[in-house]
Amino acid sequence: MADTTVIETVDLHKSYGSVEALRGLNLQVPQGSICGFLGRNGAGKTTTIKILLGMARPSSGRVRVFGLAADTKESSVEIRRRTGFVSDEKSLYDFMTVAEMVRFTASFFPTWRADLQQRYLAKFDLPGERDVKDLSRGMRTKLALLLALCRSPELLILDEPTSGLDPAMAEEVLKALIAHSAGEGASIFFSSHQIADVDQIADHVAIIDRGRMVVAGGLDDVREGYRRVQCVFDGEAPPAALRSPGVVRVERRGRALSVLSNAGVDNVVSEAKAMGAVSVDVTSVTLKEIFLEIVTVED
Amino acid sequence: MNVTLFKPNTNSGVPIYLQLMEQVKHSVETGALRAGEQLPGIRPLAEDLVMNPNTVAKAYRELEHEGVIELRHGAGAFVAATAHAKNTTEKMKAGQALMSGVVAKLRSRDVSDEEIRRLFEAAVVSGTRSGGHRG
Repeated sequence: MADTTVIETVDLHKSYGSVEALRGLNLQVPQGSICGFLGRNGAGKTTTIKILLGMARPSSGRVRVFGLAADTKESSVEIRRRTGFVSDEKSLYDFMTVAEMVRFTASFFPTWRADLQQRYLAKFDLPGERDVKDLSRGMRTKLALLLALCRSPELLILDEPTSGLDPAMAEEVLKALIAHSAGEGASIFFSSHQIADVDQIADHVAIIDRGRMVVAGGLDDVREGYRRVQCVFDGEAPPAALRSPGVVRVERRGRALSVLSNAGVDNVVSEAKAMGAVSVDVTSVTLKEIFLEIVTVED
Repeated sequence: MNVTLFKPNTNSGVPIYLQLMEQVKHSVETGALRAGEQLPGIRPLAEDLVMNPNTVAKAYRELEHEGVIELRHGAGAFVAATAHAKNTTEKMKAGQALMSGVVAKLRSRDVSDEEIRRLFEAAVVSGTRSGGHRG
């Protein structure tokens, strides 16, 4: 199960005029996983999603979904047939009622699941007779999600599914995603600004920064791999850069060196001791800290 | 089966499957879960805790590997009835006594709990290679 990838990009580039949105993006999402896609505004998240769905063409590089080339017309249709998508805007027809919207969407999909429709209409507490234009933001999200889930897609792609939702509503959305993953075995790829959401339901994470992948892999592997090593020296901390493998960042402040490592700490600890550190502390690092350390903060 | 025995903290930097494993082991050690008792299924547990089903599956696989639980095909996960759990209980009890002694001593020297945690992880890390087994 974990050996096949449902989404794969290799050295993907995308330019809009002189603006490089993607600069050699390598992304792999294992089949059956829930992958959280993190990055700052303008990092390239939405561009990536558009390319996966054939809504934008890459400038160069390879992009495959279900092993099919997403940048050719025929495969792209096939990919969209098998993929449920919830956009950031939750695009719906405002002039329809909820019930009409559901019936209308169902008519396009032979794989429509009436059982899931029943379940989610009840679970999400959606008022069938209300006009779509009068729905709250949370209700809109739940309706868009219901429409995507009832198609019973093998892959679900969501752009910021919990943005603007209150915590109770966000939890309901996450629960539905978990249930769909556990019950239907679907793969889920969702972009988010909510690191906590990724922490809670993802088993894989991909962090994009300025069009490149900066952290990617199993979430528990990432949690296990990253450590902070705090080294304190008797006098001024030495300016020497640490040579140990896995050192991501070194910050020097007075008598202390703070080292972020992504490949275990044994080497860093012995190197720091050899440099004369009087105290060496190791702490685990949260996904949020990793994100803030690795993603560029200038501008 | 009471699911609220388990509640991984996603904000701690510790892998979730390890937290879940620790919580299952702790429940076995304290007797909250007894030999032969059934654990919640992967899917209901994932849905109840709103956590990733693959992560639950990974924790269960590792627990089976360590002999704490048994996965019976089609029937679910059960607490293992082997002596291993008992040995572990004895070992953990002895370890717990040692550990609370050390923690009490450190506290009496005004070392904060957070500092104790950091000292502990540093000691575990610098001692792993020579110190034999883990987990």
